[in-house]
Amino acid sequence: MNALRQTSPWVVTGKYLALAFYIAFALFPLYWLTKIAVTPDKLIFSEGTALVPSRFTLENFQTVLLQTDFLAYFRNSLIVSLGTAAITTMIAAAAGYAFSRFDFRGKRLIIALMLITQMFPLLMIIAPIYKIVATLGLLNSLTSLIIVYTAFNIPFATFLMQSFFDGIPKELEDAGMIDGCTRFEALRKIVLPLTLPGLGATLGFIFTAAWSELLFALMLINSNDAMTFPVGLLTFVSKFSVDWGQMMAAGVLALVPSCLFFIFIQRYLVQGLTSGAVKG
Amino acid sequence: MTAEADNAPGSHRARGSYYFRYMVEPYLYLSPAVIVIALVMLVPLAIGISYAFQAVNLLRPFETGWVGFENFHALWSDRKFWLALTNTFWWTLGSIVFQFFLGLGLALLLNTRFYGKRLVQALVFLPWAVPTFLSALTWAWLFNPTIGPLPHWLAALGILSEPFNILGDPNLAMWGPITANVWFGIPFFAITLLAALQSIPGELYEAAEIDGASTWQKFTKITLPFLAPMIAITVMLRTIWIANFADLIFVMTGGGPANSTQILSTYIFTTAFRKLDFGYASAIAVALLGLLLIYAAVLLVLRRKLVKI
Repeated sequence: MNALRQTSPWVVTGKYLALAFYIAFALFPLYWLTKIAVTPDKLIFSEGTALVPSRFTLENFQTVLLQTDFLAYFRNSLIVSLGTAAITTMIAAAAGYAFSRFDFRGKRLIIALMLITQMFPLLMIIAPIYKIVATLGLLNSLTSLIIVYTAFNIPFATFLMQSFFDGIPKELEDAGMIDGCTRFEALRKIVLPLTLPGLGATLGFIFTAAWSELLFALMLINSNDAMTFPVGLLTFVSKFSVDWGQMMAAGVLALVPSCLFFIFIQRYLVQGLTSGAVKG
Repeated sequence: MTAEADNAPGSHRARGSYYFRYMVEPYLYLSPAVIVIALVMLVPLAIGISYAFQAVNLLRPFETGWVGFENFHALWSDRKFWLALTNTFWWTLGSIVFQFFLGLGLALLLNTRFYGKRLVQALVFLPWAVPTFLSALTWAWLFNPTIGPLPHWLAALGILSEPFNILGDPNLAMWGPITANVWFGIPFFAITLLAALQSIPGELYEAAEIDGASTWQKFTKITLPFLAPMIAITVMLRTIWIANFADLIFVMTGGGPANSTQILSTYIFTTAFRKLDFGYASAIAVALLGLLLIYAAVLLVLRRKLVKI
C-alpha cells in the first residue's frame, strides 16, 4: 500500500498531474461523443472544435429512437446478449463447480482444451462456422449468434466461476452432506446462495462481451431485421456518414448498458483478481 | 478426498460410489460445456485447418476440392501478405509498449493513497467497458477534421502541417488504431498489475525503509521482482490477443489506405467476408497461428532459461 508514500510537494503535485492526465485521456473520447450527440445539427460545423456547445438539444436522440431501426437493433442485441449470458453462465457454473470440487481423470486434458480455445485466432473458425450455419439454414437468425457466442465465452466464464467456487470453503458442503443432503442438494441450498455475486459478475462479463461482438455478427447476419447493435451502427455509418449527430447519439445509446454494468462491477474487479493472485 | 458421506448408507456400495464420484459425476457437470466447445469451436477449428488445403470460394462454387499447398504457395508470393505481416508486427509492438508502460504507471499511481481514489479508479477503468466497435468509431471520429478536435490540436502543436485526417495518410494511418488500442487496453494492464501490487506484503517495504532504501531501490528490488511473473504472463497473453485483434482496424480504416493498416487478422476477415474465399482466408489464418505458436514457444524457452539463473 505504501510503495510510493512521499511527502515532497513536487512528488505530490506530479502524482496529481499524472492522475489528471489519465482521467482526461480516459474520458475525453466519451465526452466528445456525448458532446456531438447533444449539439444541434446547425452548430456542428461552426463550433467544430469548441469544447462546449453553445446550445444543447436532445433532438438527435429522438430521431435515432423514433425514426430509425435502432430500437430493433437494440432489441436484437438485448435478446442475443441476455440469452448468451444466461445460457453461458448456467453451463459455466456447472463446469466451474466440477473443476473446483472434483479431482478426476481427464481434468488436465479438458482444462488444456479450454485454454487452446483461448489461444488460437477466433477468425480461423469464421469460415467454417459460416458454412455450418448456412447448411443448417440458420443464417440471419439470432439463435445462431447465441449458440456461437455461448461457445466462445464458456472457457473464460468457467475459469471465472471456478475461482468463485474455490473461494467458498469445501467444509460447508461436507457438513451439509454429513447432515444428510445429497451433493446436489448441498450445491443448491448451501453453495449457490453464496456464489450469487459470482454468478452476477459472470453474467455481466458475458453480457458485455456478447454486446460488443462485431465480426461474427457481420458475417452471419445481413438482413436488417436481425442485425445486432454493432452491425446496425456500422451499416448506418457507412450509409449515412454525414448525420454526425445521429450517429453519435446512437453511439451514446450503445454505451449505456455497458456502462451500467461497469459501474456495478468495477469495485469487485481488483478485489477478485487480488484474491486469485494470492492463492495462485 | 473425504468419503464419509458415501460410506454412510452401506459400505458395500463404497466401490461403486467411488467410481461415481471420480469418474461419472464430474462429467455430468462438465458435459454441456465440453459438448458445446467441441461442436462450436474444436470441430470448426479442424475444418478451418482443412480449408487451408482446399479451394473453397463461395463465389466459385464448382471449383472446390483438395489443392495441397497451393494456397500457401499463393501466400508466399502475395505481396499483401508480407505487408500485412510487417504491419502486424508494428501494430502489436506499438500497442503493447504503450499499453504496458502507461498501464504500469497507472497501477503504481492507484496503489498509493489519495483523495477520491474510488471515483478515480472507476473513471480511468471506464474505457475497458466501452464496446470495441464503439471505441473504434469514436476514435475514427476524433481523427476526422470536420468533426473531431485531434487534427486541429496536432496541427497547432506543429506535429501536422495542416489539420488533415491521419487515417487517410498511408504513412501515419497505423497510429490511429494504435491510439485507440492503447486507450482501450491501459485498464487491462492497470487492473492486473494493481492486483499483483496489492498482493506484495507491506512488511517488505517497511523493512526496506528501516534499512534506508530509496524509492527507486524499493521499486527495482521489491516491486519489480514481485511483479515479474504477472508481467510475463500478461504481456504474452496480450501480445497474442492484440495480434489477433481485428475489430478496431476493420472499423477504423478497413485495412486502408493502400493496405497500410492491413494486419493479418483483418486480412483474414476481409478475404473471408468480402471475397468469400474461405480457402485462402484459412491459409492466412494457419500461417498466423503458426507464427503465434512460434512466438509462445520462444517466450516459454526464454523464461525457462531466465528462471534457471
